[in-house]
Amino acid sequence: MAETRFMTVNMGPQHPATHGVLRLLLELDGEIIVKAVPDIGYLHRGIEKLAESMTYNQALTLTDRLDYTSGISNNLAYCLAVEKLLDITIPKRAQYLRVLMAELQRIAAHLLWVATHALDLGAMTLLFYAFRDRETILETLELVTGARLTPSFIRIGGLAADIPETFLPRVMAFVEDFPKRVDEYETLLTENIIWKKRTRGISPLSGADCINYGVTGPVLRASGVCYDVRKAYPYSSYEDFDFEIPMGKSGDVYDRYLVRLIEMRQSNRIVKQAAAKLPEGPVTAVDAPLVVPPAKEEVGRDIAALIRHFKIMEQGFSVPRGEVYASIESSKGELGFYIVSDGTNKPFRMKIRPPSFINLGALTKMIEGQMVADVVAAIGSIDIVLGEIDR
Amino acid sequence: MSKCTASDLLGGKFPEAVKTVSEFRGETTVVIDKARLREVMTFLKANEETRYDLLVDMAGADTGNESPRFFVAYLLHSIPFNNRLRIKVPVAEGDVLDTVSDIWRAADWMEREVYDMFGIGFNKHPDLRRILLPDFFVGHPLRKEFPLKGNDFDTPFRVCLEEEKGNRADG
Repeated sequence: MAETRFMTVNMGPQHPATHGVLRLLLELDGEIIVKAVPDIGYLHRGIEKLAESMTYNQALTLTDRLDYTSGISNNLAYCLAVEKLLDITIPKRAQYLRVLMAELQRIAAHLLWVATHALDLGAMTLLFYAFRDRETILETLELVTGARLTPSFIRIGGLAADIPETFLPRVMAFVEDFPKRVDEYETLLTENIIWKKRTRGISPLSGADCINYGVTGPVLRASGVCYDVRKAYPYSSYEDFDFEIPMGKSGDVYDRYLVRLIEMRQSNRIVKQAAAKLPEGPVTAVDAPLVVPPAKEEVGRDIAALIRHFKIMEQGFSVPRGEVYASIESSKGELGFYIVSDGTNKPFRMKIRPPSFINLGALTKMIEGQMVADVVAAIGSIDIVLGEIDR
Repeated sequence: MSKCTASDLLGGKFPEAVKTVSEFRGETTVVIDKARLREVMTFLKANEETRYDLLVDMAGADTGNESPRFFVAYLLHSIPFNNRLRIKVPVAEGDVLDTVSDIWRAADWMEREVYDMFGIGFNKHPDLRRILLPDFFVGHPLRKEFPLKGNDFDTPFRVCLEEEKGNRADG
């Protein structure tokens, strides 16, 4: 009898369906995956090390470059952690604007996900529709932040600036229109027989396995476990808004798709509420003069304000000794920052908890024993961004 | 969010393992002895009153000049009770910790990262290799003495021809 051997296939790092530079070593028995070994780190830039050499304000710009599909969310998580250390309160208007922008960003990130995931599985049409709507969001965010992907707009102590007058009408126009757009996507995919065949029952993960592997975000909720940081530890006034947490049952690729689609609809609801009841007032903390730089008019008028501005820009600000962890529900899962402060103006240790990194750890569990063609579906369904996995 | 009672429970159950319990900005941190790490973690996960089923994150840190030099922080979340707890374990240079990757599979990659960045080893880890940095990398970059620019920043790139390496393409 002929000798049987497993074949080892190298997938990536330059592979369009790995969404960046993920490399997988697959050991195959025919078309069945016997063993999969992910290899990551191709995009490692040493962000945690770099942060230790920067002041708290400077380190903010590094966070844009983690999950580059949702810069606003990364800014928010980082600022929440530093603000927790500083123990300052953020005005309601800034909190609502943070929620509004973070939810718009979540929609944009999910749109990018649904577009590329469908493209990976051969449904190309959706890409053009989803990117059209993503473009609207990015343009709206650019109007406020001046940047499409790297906003650095949420600052420690509030926001970089108040919104321009044209912003809210554009947001409202988008919000009114968007549910119809999601309906359109659903007609393309939800009942599509090819889509169902490629996604239903593919790489399922039970709720218990998800928890064991530390998986969070839509992947966890698709397996029927209700854990969403927005509900579990409400931050930035999320308790003021009315929204539901969609959950799946079977935890397969199809359920993850459904969960994300409903999440977009729910995010849309939150944006609508935040825009409707946006309070008036300042957008930066009033009780933190050593953290928030003074307004420009004040700098021109008052020498003390000028000195304060100079000091904040030149030296940053000192943060009390201690350690905190703050997290948000980003589009991928729980994004957290654990910051240890030694009382100086630079973080002593900044540990990022990137959701994609930990979710990717469960990939081997998902694909072992499955067909090689479904690896692409599984990777797409986790929604990884290598920028935050490799840091 | 419910109140965290685990620190009292731990103090009662493992009085000699718990070194300090502290509260800061509403977060509870329990420092425990590294020899009892696995017992404490198993207890926290299995106990009916705590049920810390999700290992959210694990972070190493280099304190620089304190003794012991390093610590590893485990952040736990309990989905049934909705609260968080941080367990900190001081580690001296050259010491190894026991793995918790069989208690939470999530710890597998997290421990590899701590090993990669700080050089802290883990006993009985199934596959302790570098994770973010390449296997041939020398040093552990998040240690305080590691230069920010890296060790080879000023070394210029050099074109290395195949012939020079002694393995010509034709064999």
